[in-house]
Amino acid sequence: MDNTIYVSGLHKSFGHTKALDGLDLSVAAGEVHGFLGPNGSGKSTTVRVLLGLLHADAGDVRLLGGDPWKDAATLHKRIAYVPGDVNLWPNLSGGEVIDLLGRLRGGLVKRRRDDLIERFDLDPRKKGRTYSKGNRQKVAIVAALASEVDLLILDEPTSGLDPLMEATFRTAIKEEQGQGRTVLLSSHILAEVEALCDRVSIIRNGRTVETGTLADLRHLTRTSISAELAGSPNGLSTLHDVHDLHIEGNHVRFDVESASLDAVLRQLSNVGVRNLTSQPPTLEELFLRHYEADGSQPARGAVR
Amino acid sequence: MSGNLTGTGALIRLALRRDRIVLPLWVLVLGLIPAATAGAYETLYPTLADRQSLATGMAANPSMNLLYGPAFDVTTAGGFTAWRYATMLAVFVGLAAIFTVTRHTRAEEDTGRLELLASAVVGRYAALTAAIAVAAGGSLGAGLLSAVGMIGAGMPTAGSVAFGLGTALAGWVFTGVAAVAVQLAEYSRTANGIGSATLGALFLVRGIGDSSSDVSWLSWGSPIAWASQVRPFAGERWWVLALSLVTAVVLAGAGYVLLSRRDLGMGIIPAKPGPAAAAPSLRTPLALAWRLHRGSLIGWTVGFAVMGSLFGTLASGIGDVIGDSEQARQIFERMGGAQSLVDAFVSATAGILAMIASLYGVQAALRMRSEEVSFRVEPLLSTQVSRLRWMAGHLGFALLGTTLLVAVAGAGMGLLHGVRVGDVAGQLPDVLLASLAQLPAVWVVVGVTVAIFGLVPAFSGAAWAVTAGFMLLTLFGPVVQLSQWVLDISPFTHIPRLPMAEFSATPLVVLCGIALVAVAAGLAGFRRRDVG
Repeated sequence: MDNTIYVSGLHKSFGHTKALDGLDLSVAAGEVHGFLGPNGSGKSTTVRVLLGLLHADAGDVRLLGGDPWKDAATLHKRIAYVPGDVNLWPNLSGGEVIDLLGRLRGGLVKRRRDDLIERFDLDPRKKGRTYSKGNRQKVAIVAALASEVDLLILDEPTSGLDPLMEATFRTAIKEEQGQGRTVLLSSHILAEVEALCDRVSIIRNGRTVETGTLADLRHLTRTSISAELAGSPNGLSTLHDVHDLHIEGNHVRFDVESASLDAVLRQLSNVGVRNLTSQPPTLEELFLRHYEADGSQPARGAVR
Repeated sequence: MSGNLTGTGALIRLALRRDRIVLPLWVLVLGLIPAATAGAYETLYPTLADRQSLATGMAANPSMNLLYGPAFDVTTAGGFTAWRYATMLAVFVGLAAIFTVTRHTRAEEDTGRLELLASAVVGRYAALTAAIAVAAGGSLGAGLLSAVGMIGAGMPTAGSVAFGLGTALAGWVFTGVAAVAVQLAEYSRTANGIGSATLGALFLVRGIGDSSSDVSWLSWGSPIAWASQVRPFAGERWWVLALSLVTAVVLAGAGYVLLSRRDLGMGIIPAKPGPAAAAPSLRTPLALAWRLHRGSLIGWTVGFAVMGSLFGTLASGIGDVIGDSEQARQIFERMGGAQSLVDAFVSATAGILAMIASLYGVQAALRMRSEEVSFRVEPLLSTQVSRLRWMAGHLGFALLGTTLLVAVAGAGMGLLHGVRVGDVAGQLPDVLLASLAQLPAVWVVVGVTVAIFGLVPAFSGAAWAVTAGFMLLTLFGPVVQLSQWVLDISPFTHIPRLPMAEFSATPLVVLCGIALVAVAAGLAGFRRRDVG
């Protein structure tokens, strides 16, 4: 199997707090993989295990064919990381930090560095805390994207960026993908994941609850249909997998599970369809369904 | 103004909650030390004759005065306690006040937490006022506790109260110093540096004044000296307390004025832009460590060069001062003559300088922890940099930096003492050796800090407590007659008192071994543990 990241049954506790509780994750070479979950669900903990910063309690973790704990320094030659919380050294300028991190990683492409600094509209001469949160993140993003690596691990990299920069970020990630790099993008910004990712894994309370391509996942969920019929709609409510049915005269609105879409459409065309709009499920709905399913159980403790 | 103070009460409670261990700790330790001396005094100096020979001997010795301040009347337990502790307690209370104020003002701003609070209903001056209240309250607590303790130990009430207030007001003065320092600097580390450097300079000023009769007026320029100038148990001069009070109020007022003139998060000293690209040399963890430690190490080195040179200039004058009293001359001649006095001075000074250098060592080693908790280590350790290489950069500064400081101070002291007595070739090596001999103890302190960081990182702050404990044991343990095995806990106790004593390599080798084991334990611990 040609997986860049392979994680199986990963457990990690901090004292009595269980941060990861049997997490699975696999990321194929060359794909952009979305890693979704609310705050405290264990995304950052997983990322830190992958980087060899935390020692897993149990489970299998393989990264670029190596063990992230034992082979940390050699694997890191091929990895660039953008943390969610970027803190810079007060007396170093942004440009110095970019160069330093790039060099420690094994070199960075000067042209790409300068190009990214310009596109992200970053002033590299400012120091440490005079940067806003978004600008600190840009420093880390530029340092990571200007490095020649196989795998990018990005932990909520855009949480401080404005929409304009968010767009620049998406373009830059697509370029990385074009270069054949693998990207693990942890995020809770669903639009970003929808726009960029080939596959996603959704985690909750330290466990993977869903994984697959966006198409796969949509298959598991509902499509919204709104239709104007020729006659009075009947028999819809008896059909399986139809939810939130609203009927006003000849107009119907409902959600249907993808598995029963065919049967429902047949029923509608029996009556006669004048007008029909359908909306595929958004990742947002997918996501909410997983987190609202069994009550809004909050994450156990804020685990970083 | 009242609107500017909204939320002060809540911030005071927050500060007390955050300091619920460290605040009672320093108040209790500093408050209880003086009373503990009373019993010891009676046993050490039971007769009047003993006490008088103490007065003409040790208490008249300028090298002692350099450390402890002038002795006004050591023939009573109270007077003796005031002599031994007034200066030192002023220093320790001052440091505690500085760190407390910075912790609740600039450090909060630095991390952005104050912004969170400021957006709630909290007035502009609330954080500074709360910090001043906690630091001033803690100082007053320590002062009152020591007064009550001394009264309880049977010392006169007036003197005890004068002593306690002298200590408390020294804390207030440095609360004021910190209130200004936190406005100047943009980072808490710099603010603590400005505050501590001010305290160090003022300690030095009074040290020179107290140990030399020609410039004794210098002492009046230092608030640290005012604590002893109140003369507790020796005809109290209450008006000196007003001097401290006025200074504290003026400084705090200046802090408020500066605060009103700056933006949240900014300092009065503005930050300059840096280079757009890194110099070619900035490519290793060591190069980064140099950038992070550079400013502080340069500052400390200059300070040590100045201190060493000053003490070197003073050393040879010690014999002259003794010359005034025939009785004292006899005592000292019995002890080994004027030369041994100078040697005692050199040895005591080298010991003190080494203890101060060990504070730099702790600070440099704990830089690793502050880098870790502020998440600056993770980006580094996710590059090719291994954990050991990253630690090595900081350890280099903790171990070699302390070596540099001790060597610079020893060389400065030896050189100037040599120049004064016209024997540089003879004095420089001796004095330098006396200083360098202290290093193994300093390294043990660094080792303990590294071990704590590697093995129990959550308790990293305890490294300061351990170091302060070592210093207190060696400085004050003998006075309160602790048993030898307790004194032996401090590595500084084991250093041969060069140049008076015979050089003995064994304790130094053992201390180096302990330091090595502790550093190795810290390295191994950090390699194995989770980061962050």
